Amino acid sequence: MSSVSSLEELQAIADKVIAQAVPGEQIEAHVTRSRETDIRVYQGKLEHFVSAQSQGISVRVIRDGRTGMSHAGVLTDVAVAEVLAEARENAELGSVDEWAGLAEPDGVAIVKQELWDDTLDAFDTAKKIEIAKELERQAVAADSRVRIDDANYSDNASEEAFATTMGIRSNGRTNNCYATVSVMADDNGETQTGYAYALGKNPAEFDLVEAGHKAAARATRLLGAVKPQSKRITVVLDPMVTAQFLSIIASTVNGENVSKGRSIFANRIGEEVASPLITLIDDPTDSRAYTAHEIDSEGLAARRNVLIKDGVLQMFVHSSYSARRMQTKSTGNGSGCGALQLVPGTKTQEELIADIEEGVLIDSVQGLHSGVNPISGDFSTGASGLMIRNGKTAEPVREFTIASTLQNMLKNVIAVGGDVDWLPARAAGVSLVIADITMSGE
Amino acid sequence: MLERVLARGQSTGAGFSEIFIEDKRSMSAGLDDGKVEQVSSGRDSGAGIRVINGDTTGFAYTADLTESGLLAAATAAAAAAAQGGGGTHTVKFGAVTRQRVNNVRILPSSVPKARKIEMLMMANDAARAINSSIVQVSAGYSDSQRRILVANSDGVLASDEQVRSIFRVSVVVNGDAGMQTGYDSLGHTIGFELFEEESILELAERAARQAVSKLRARPAPSGSLPVVIKCGSGGVLFHEACGHGLEADLVARGASVYAGRQGELVASPLVTLVDDGTMSREWGAIGIDDEGHVSQRNVLIENGVLTDYMWDYIRSRNDGRAPSGNGRRQSYEHLPMVRMTNTFVLNGTEEPDDIVRNTKYGVYVAKLGGGSVNTATGDFVFGMTEAYLIENGEITEPLRESNLIGNGPQVLADIDLLGNDFAMGNPGMCGKDGQGVPVGDGQPTLRVKAMTIGGTAT
Repeated sequence: MSSVSSLEELQAIADKVIAQAVPGEQIEAHVTRSRETDIRVYQGKLEHFVSAQSQGISVRVIRDGRTGMSHAGVLTDVAVAEVLAEARENAELGSVDEWAGLAEPDGVAIVKQELWDDTLDAFDTAKKIEIAKELERQAVAADSRVRIDDANYSDNASEEAFATTMGIRSNGRTNNCYATVSVMADDNGETQTGYAYALGKNPAEFDLVEAGHKAAARATRLLGAVKPQSKRITVVLDPMVTAQFLSIIASTVNGENVSKGRSIFANRIGEEVASPLITLIDDPTDSRAYTAHEIDSEGLAARRNVLIKDGVLQMFVHSSYSARRMQTKSTGNGSGCGALQLVPGTKTQEELIADIEEGVLIDSVQGLHSGVNPISGDFSTGASGLMIRNGKTAEPVREFTIASTLQNMLKNVIAVGGDVDWLPARAAGVSLVIADITMSGE
Repeated sequence: MLERVLARGQSTGAGFSEIFIEDKRSMSAGLDDGKVEQVSSGRDSGAGIRVINGDTTGFAYTADLTESGLLAAATAAAAAAAQGGGGTHTVKFGAVTRQRVNNVRILPSSVPKARKIEMLMMANDAARAINSSIVQVSAGYSDSQRRILVANSDGVLASDEQVRSIFRVSVVVNGDAGMQTGYDSLGHTIGFELFEEESILELAERAARQAVSKLRARPAPSGSLPVVIKCGSGGVLFHEACGHGLEADLVARGASVYAGRQGELVASPLVTLVDDGTMSREWGAIGIDDEGHVSQRNVLIENGVLTDYMWDYIRSRNDGRAPSGNGRRQSYEHLPMVRMTNTFVLNGTEEPDDIVRNTKYGVYVAKLGGGSVNTATGDFVFGMTEAYLIENGEITEPLRESNLIGNGPQVLADIDLLGNDFAMGNPGMCGKDGQGVPVGDGQPTLRVKAMTIGGTAT
């Protein structure tokens, strides 16, 4: 795949769709073709190997303030014509929305990213299977109490072309790969689980030894975990948990939620909404971010936006729609925040813990989708981790919840770590210390 | 043509090959902020070819349904399976030619889109009329018509048509103590007749009233308390507490607290748990599963004793037994695995009012949200989106949202009162290994002696 001619072919399809626009009609066409490999290994044997190609087109039509959409998974002339016809029909049915419209080019320059890796593209299939097997071996070898749940290797490569009647036109290709491992650790009839992954531009960059050991350590360090007593306590969020927390905060600064009365931060620009230690930035142009990209879903250049500076709310992120509604400009966030990061502090996690007399290190959380309501701000989630006593980690704890409100959690941040981790997520992780959280256990 | 594709699948020596063809048409429309914003439709069709060689599964999929497209995918799947090596198995499961009787009265595609959109506006108006504190309403309609055909080298040839219709309403209210939300949904494996049988106006009003009632909600308690769960609102408890742990793929790799416990008491003797794909209207209903096996009713726990797990083709083949109709996949782009269908607990004998009356202090959950479970440890959580305090045997003040946490086997053992008012719950989407499939759940009103409630009030 991935020849220049293939990209040109996709672009030609997108161009042809938008060229059919009649006066007064706006059309956006998005055409993709992708290929994936998915390998699972179990106890030294290949369990499954998935190899597949797919393609698709999605079309958005806006006419007289009404929006219609349609998509299909084939790119034949007939299918493409049907998709456009369906989107047009659907556009006749929507309500008139005075702010509906495609993004207008804003002249902001695209920051180039390295989104394609030739080594990955040419990587040998048998070696990919070997990687998953090696990751399994490393995890199991790390500790005699560890057994495997599964070890996986995945990669995908995609090409996409985009065109709109506003004059935006772009195409490009992206590939990425990762390996993951899930393990169980058993001791005295008790089982705990651990998970880790390896990342790199291509598989040669994977650190399989580290990933295997990390998964094993996460499982074994929870062995013997007890249910803690209920109390108000200081928590240290592990970088992976902080990244999940930030992705919830992202919805509260999304301009569309703000304009529709669904954000706890509406009308609060310029106010102190967080601890002065918090500076939150959305920057998909930072090439270290896993979700770094060049353009947003409407074809505008991605850009760096400072959302909260020293605890003070600076701005919301906008698509062209929410920007028109709120009389401002798109911030290059057609689909919300693209790559969040907190400006880090200087301390390691160990140093942060050393400053805490009694607390709990939150290793992982469970049920963010069911126990957090970004509209009311209520935050409640299942958790497991390690107690902190006199500046050191102590006994493991599980089957408890931590609860507060998003508003209070942001205000009660008492330290931000320096241990930035560029996780495979829409937010980078960093250790975060938050005071006055309710821990519910016994 | 199917024979030629299956033969190509076995060209590298594999014992089993299968073709799964899917054609899915869907339509959805969303209303937000008083406007019908997104009217969208889609057509997704393609085929997944699975080839099993020893313990290795090769899989490829394609949207190209011509013979050359299918043969290319079969070649890729066969090559993928050949990576594994090892011996071959052949197991016959009798040919399935039965087909689900199509009990859909009104195919959604036969209804004008304008009629569907009109319902969104009606739901919006009905919700907003409930209270002046309502600041936002969104509503969503969607339908899908999924036709599948499964053929495999053991001679199975089966097909099914699954039609689903769903309507959702969510409401935001604003009061002195900030914003609150309400949500309700209605979904069944039937056509547009759903909206003749059930009222979307009442649905919208319920979502609005739920949000309004939460305006005076106080923080939920923190700690361990008795929890009463209203009928039809908490089947997700069993889905998480034990459903996933009874899936044979997780059991086989020792990733379930229920592994090796068949015949043992794993729950309160009050509990009989069933997974039933044949409940024709329900959200998890299927005529055949996505491996071509006719759906069936499976008793998983009977009077507290673990009777059986749920099975797909590979896991039942390895165990030398019949599959249970639980091999499901999100689409032709996905491998099948063991999944639930409609999972529910049968009636007990208590009057629901007595269950509340016999609870001195605790929490009454009127609506549960989503949940998740770690099957290896049994620890699970689920959210309560509408809940009240129980004081001296009476339901009193509304509570803010929070998660509940428990350990599956412990919570099952702690069910001490089971009502006689069985009801199915809201339509659910169950996620596993990155794939989502529609599932249903249900239970009568019941009480769990003690569960940890993750609120902030101490």
